[in-house]
Amino acid sequence: MATLELSGIEKSFGQTPVLHGIDLRVADGEMIVIVGASGCGKSTLLRIVAGLETATAGTVRIGGRDVTALEPADRDVAMVFQNYALYPHMSVFQNMAYGLKIRGLPTAEIRRRVGEAAELLGIGALLERRPRQLSGGQRQRVAMGRAIVREPKLFLFDEPLSNLDAKLRVQMRAEIRRLQKRLGVTSLFVTHDQVEAMTLGDRLVVMHQGHAAQVATPMEVWARPADNYVAGFIGSPAMNFLEAALAEGGAAAALKAGPTIRFADGPRPGADGRRIILGIRPEHVVPDPAGLVLDLDLVEPLGSETVAHGTLPGGEAFAAKLPGAAVSPGDRALAVALPPAAWHVFDAASGRRLDPG
Amino acid sequence: MNRKVIFKGVALPYLLLLPQLLITVVFFFWPAGQAIWFSFLRQDAFGIRTQFVGFENFADLFADPLYIQVIGNTVVFSAAVTALSIATALLLAVLADRQIRGAQGYRTLLIWPYAIAPAVAAVLWIFMVHPSIGLLGQALNGMGIPWDYKLNGAQAMLVVIIASAWKQVSYNFIFFLAGLQSIPKAVLEAAAIDGARPVRRFWTIIFPLLSPTTFFLLVVNLTYAFFDTFGVIDALTKGGPAKSTETLIYRAYIDGRVNLDLGSSSAQAVVLMVAIIALTAVQFRFIERRVHY
Ligand SMILES: Nc1ncnc2c1ncn2[C@@H]1O[C@H](COP(=O)(O)OP(=O)(O)OP(=O)(O)O)[C@@H](O)[C@H]1O
Ligand SMILES: [Mg+2]
Repeated sequence: MATLELSGIEKSFGQTPVLHGIDLRVADGEMIVIVGASGCGKSTLLRIVAGLETATAGTVRIGGRDVTALEPADRDVAMVFQNYALYPHMSVFQNMAYGLKIRGLPTAEIRRRVGEAAELLGIGALLERRPRQLSGGQRQRVAMGRAIVREPKLFLFDEPLSNLDAKLRVQMRAEIRRLQKRLGVTSLFVTHDQVEAMTLGDRLVVMHQGHAAQVATPMEVWARPADNYVAGFIGSPAMNFLEAALAEGGAAAALKAGPTIRFADGPRPGADGRRIILGIRPEHVVPDPAGLVLDLDLVEPLGSETVAHGTLPGGEAFAAKLPGAAVSPGDRALAVALPPAAWHVFDAASGRRLDPG
Repeated sequence: MNRKVIFKGVALPYLLLLPQLLITVVFFFWPAGQAIWFSFLRQDAFGIRTQFVGFENFADLFADPLYIQVIGNTVVFSAAVTALSIATALLLAVLADRQIRGAQGYRTLLIWPYAIAPAVAAVLWIFMVHPSIGLLGQALNGMGIPWDYKLNGAQAMLVVIIASAWKQVSYNFIFFLAGLQSIPKAVLEAAAIDGARPVRRFWTIIFPLLSPTTFFLLVVNLTYAFFDTFGVIDALTKGGPAKSTETLIYRAYIDGRVNLDLGSSSAQAVVLMVAIIALTAVQFRFIERRVHY
C-alpha cells in the first residue's frame, strides 16, 4: 500500500522518443487506468514503473521513496502480464510461492498466503497443475494470484484481459475491480479498451503519442475531454467533429455545414473567424424536422437504439444515435438538431478544449 | 481426415525404402554383425588359421588390467569432454543471448570450430600447447610450470579433453542459443519482479526451461566423446604417453589395425556398442522423465 509519483518521465529508444514527460500522482489505494491507442507508450510507462525499462529522464517514487535507480526486485511491485508469463515448469502452487520463497518467508506462512489467494480466486483445486494444463481464464487467475500473495505496494496490469473471450473478460473485469477495492492496493492498469478503462478506473490517464493527454475521472474525461483526441477516443460511436469558425464576437459558431448557432454556455475567446472544431456525441443528437438534413448511407439498428451514419450538407461524416427505431434501415435522409448544450468546443489549430472565458 | 497416402500394392513402398535400408544394412548391420561374429573368433597373426573361441576374447579383455585402465580413461575423458563442452557452450550462449543484436556475427564465429576437421583442429591445438613451439606451452614453461603433454599423462589428458570439448562447443552453443531465445522474455521479467536476481533467475527459470536441450546435448556429446574423438586423440597424443589418453575407441583401432588382433578388436567394438546403447537407454529412461514440463 503506497502512493506513486511520476515526474517528468521521458523515454527514448535510441533516437526514437516514446514518452515525452509524463507526470502523475496516484493516491494510496487508487486504481489508475492508462488507456490509449496501440503504440502510444502505455506498456513502456508501466515497465518504467516496474523497473523493467530505464527512463531517459524523470523520477519514479513509490511510497515517497525514490526508486528510479532500483532493480525490479527492490521495488516491491507485482505485475500481471498480457500473456500471463507463468513459469511453465512449475505447478500453480510453485508459481504463486516463487516470490515468497525468494523473500525467505517461512513455509507455513507461504502455504497460508497461497491458500488464501487461491481460495479468493477460486483456483484452490488447481494448485498441483502445470500452467499448460489450465484454460486461459484459469491462467489469468493464477497470474493474479501470483501478484496478490506478494502483498506488494503496487499492482501493475498490462492488458491482462485481452487474451480472454468477451464474456470472461467482462467477468474478470468486475472481479479485478472487486479484488482491488477489497485489498486496497494502489494499481496501474493498462488497456486499449475504453469500456475497461471507464469501468475499472478511479481515474484515467488517456495517452496520445507519448503524452498524457488527460488525467481525470472517467466521467470527467467523457463529459469534458481535454482535447479533440481524447474526445474522439472515449465514447462509442466516436464523437462527431464539425469544422466551424467563431462568429458574433465569439458568442456563436458558424458551421461549415451551414447554420450559425449560439453557444449555450457563453462566448469563447478569440476574434471572429477563429477556426474551431465543434464536437458532439452521437447520443446527444436529436431528430428535428427543422434541423440539418443528414444524407444517410448506413443505419444500424441495435434494438434499444439505432445508429445512423451519413454526411452533412458540407460533406462531413456524421453519426447519430437515436433511441428506439427512430430511423429505419430504408431511410435515405434524416433531419437532426445539434443541441448547443451538448457541444464541445476545440481550437482547430491546437486541438485543445476551448471553455467560455 | 486420413492424411496417409495409400499405395496400391506393396512393391512401390518397399522400392522407395530400399536405398535407405540398403545403406543401413551395408554400412551398419553388416559390419556390426561381422564385429559380433569376429568377436567369437581368434586368428593367428598371419590370418591363416581361425578358431572359434566363444567368449574367450571378452574374458581376456576384462582380465587385462590395461583394458580396465582404458575404461577408466574413457569414463574420465567422456565425462570431462561432455561437461566442459556443455558448460562452456551454455555460458557463451547466455552471454550472446543478452546481446542478441550482435549475435549474428558472434554465431558465425562460434560455429567455425565445428566445421574444422579433427586433424586440423588438433594441429591448431598443437600450435598452442606444444611445449617448445606452442604459445601456451612456451608461456607455461617460461613461468616455471613444467609443461610437456608428451611426457606427462595428466597434461596429455587435459589437452585431449580441451581440444575435443572445444570442437563440440559450437554445436552445443547453437542449440543453447535457440533454446534461450525460445524462453519468453516476459517469464524472466516476471521472475525479476518476483525478486529473483540474475543468478537465481538462471538456476530456477532458465536452466530448468533449457533442460530438454541440455538432455539432448548430453546424449549427443557423450556419443561424440565415445566415438568421434578418435581423430583428435590420434593427431594429438596417439593415446600416449604410456596409454594415458587411450580410450576404448582408440584401443579398438590399435588392436585391430596396428596389432592385427581382429578378435580382440571386434570384442572391444561390441563392448563399445553395448555401452553406448545402454548409456542412451539409461539416459532416456531416467533423465528424460524429469526434463519435460
Ligand atoms: N525495446 C524497444 N525498442 C525500440 N522501440 C520500442 C521498444 N519497445 C517499445 N518501442 C516502441 O515504443 C512505442 C511504444 O510502445 P509500447 O509498447 O509502450 O506501446 P503500447 O502503448 O503498450 O502499445 P500496445 O497497445 O500495442 O501494447 C512503440 O512505437 C514501440 O515501437
Ligand atoms: Mg502494450
